[in-house]
Amino acid sequence: MTRIYVPRDSSALSLGAEKVAKAIAEHAARNNVAVEIIRNGSRGMFWLEPLVEVETPAGRIAYGPVEVSDVPGLFAAGFLEGGAHALRLGLTDELPWLKQQERLTFARVGITDPVSLTDYLAHDGYRGLQNALALQPAEIVQEVTDSGLRGRGGAAFPTGIKWKTVHDCKADQKYIVCNADEGDSGTYSDRMIMEGDPFVLIEGMTIAALAVGATQGYIYLRSEYPHALAVLNEAIQHAREKHYLGPNILGSGHAFELEVRRAAGAYVCGEETSLLESLEGKRGLVRFKPPLPAIEGLFGKPTVVNNVISFASVPIILDKGGAFYRDYGMGRSRGTLPIQLAGNIKHGGLVEKAFGVTLRQLLYDFGGGSATGRPIRAVQVGGPLGAYLPESQFDTPLDYEEFSKLWAVLGHGGIVAFDDTVDMAKMARYAFEFCAIESCGKCTPCRIGSTRGVEVMDKIMQGRDHAQNIALVRDLSDTMLNGSLCALGGMTPYPVLSAINHFPEDFGLNKKAQAA
Amino acid sequence: MLPEQAARIDAHITAHKALPGGLLPLLHAIQDDVGYVPEESYGSISKALNLSVAEIHGVVTFYHHFRTHPPGRHVIQICRAESCQSMGSTELEAHAKATLGIDYHQTTSDGSITLEPVYCLGNCACSPAITVDEEVYGRVSPNRLDAIIAEAKGVA
Repeated sequence: MTRIYVPRDSSALSLGAEKVAKAIAEHAARNNVAVEIIRNGSRGMFWLEPLVEVETPAGRIAYGPVEVSDVPGLFAAGFLEGGAHALRLGLTDELPWLKQQERLTFARVGITDPVSLTDYLAHDGYRGLQNALALQPAEIVQEVTDSGLRGRGGAAFPTGIKWKTVHDCKADQKYIVCNADEGDSGTYSDRMIMEGDPFVLIEGMTIAALAVGATQGYIYLRSEYPHALAVLNEAIQHAREKHYLGPNILGSGHAFELEVRRAAGAYVCGEETSLLESLEGKRGLVRFKPPLPAIEGLFGKPTVVNNVISFASVPIILDKGGAFYRDYGMGRSRGTLPIQLAGNIKHGGLVEKAFGVTLRQLLYDFGGGSATGRPIRAVQVGGPLGAYLPESQFDTPLDYEEFSKLWAVLGHGGIVAFDDTVDMAKMARYAFEFCAIESCGKCTPCRIGSTRGVEVMDKIMQGRDHAQNIALVRDLSDTMLNGSLCALGGMTPYPVLSAINHFPEDFGLNKKAQAA
Repeated sequence: MLPEQAARIDAHITAHKALPGGLLPLLHAIQDDVGYVPEESYGSISKALNLSVAEIHGVVTFYHHFRTHPPGRHVIQICRAESCQSMGSTELEAHAKATLGIDYHQTTSDGSITLEPVYCLGNCACSPAITVDEEVYGRVSPNRLDAIIAEAKGVA
């Protein structure tokens, strides 16, 4: 029986993968050909989705992008034996896009059946947990600290230090909370992990629970990800059946229960304290800090709040050691970052690389330039609160500190490309508009400032009292930057001011950059 | 709110009232079942969860996902975020509004389609993206949108 892989990843589905899988099954049944169709995660090459792979003695052969109308032709070309066809891409593992990556966190995504625990175990799954069970909690924390892992959600806070704070707290109840409210435009790595390798997230959270002494975990998942919800719930059920979750994990006497909670479409709930309020069943209003969630978090108890990718990077650290992970990367940015190429890009997709790769390598070597074939004029890195970078900054290596020097952020690793038709004044206006729509309303700079920002941008775009209004936007940005309670209001000035500073001509200003 | 809906809502309330932080899961269960969160249900939620009606109203209206009125037979969401803008979502929005003759948060007069904005569907390598009844579609041109709308209306 030939094994065929057709992704169940949302992006692949958005391009027709479900119909392709059905067409293959029907064609095979009609012709009495025995096939087993595995619904895997995506390899992350979205310009080739739906990407169909066939298992052959030589390895998995990729065909893509496959449409329903291609299916009879593929069978006729003998694709079950890896036969020649216009869509044949060759051995998947030999494709340069994949071969040039360092996939640690994404090691299994696209390869395994996401909901098969057997498959997960056969591909080195749960080795990290096995090692963790033999360690003292403080030793687990130390291993994570040694790895240099920093929060992949955007804030880049050292994960080991956060865990140590919770570990050191005395409490009758502690919680592990996974922030899966991946709301940043241009990001989808959390979704790919949850849909493509949910057990790695479950394992990472279980290791965190052992490290800090927590017995209950929640995955706060955005409501826009129904497929991730289904995959996670199925994986959690399998893990519980085999005692990887539950009252007595692998007979160790440790308990850890895990539940997925759906968010409800509020971007601000990606901010950790707002997320905790929401998990408690309230409006997602941002909390004052201190107290830190590590000390007084969910229901007032010590809580680890980490992003999906942070948790999903933990199993390999506990499997291969902190030093193994730390040996990737540059400066104080250790390990790898799953980078998401998005927007106006020819070859959009998931690139996991050690820190240090440059924007230019990502945009051109991996991305192949813009989708429209026009020059890439600007990229926004790190979501809607990230700065816009011009072409002159494309040689910057991906590194938290290098980006800080440019007054930019890496955030969650999303890169959105724009061609030369983009109007940066419109993008600056949109940044304020988005902040106004999503503000939780607790602090004035964000709640009022964002709306005033939209109004002032409208005046600038109409050319009214130009110099005065540009000065007003800068002043308003300064207030939001320094006076907001959280990153929503506090970082909206990043896209706004970077757009003004790097693309002054779009704001009716002299093209200072070119003169200099 | 129909009487049989009230009975189903009461069953959801019973199932969720002991859950820690259970208000959001309860509201999801209600909306998944009856399509929206009827304001008439606030009273019984309030009693069961020991919250004020104002608190429930506050939570329902804070989150973009929850609706207080029944939607059309199909809900189309168009992504307005940056990645989709870089691939022409602004034109797609204008096309959808003109074709359907409605603005965001409105329903066509035949009750078939409700149009909503959404901010990122995590499909950013296949922009612009939309959803129809939670199913995501990628690389949606105005022509493809017309076909999707026709299909949705056809199976209405």
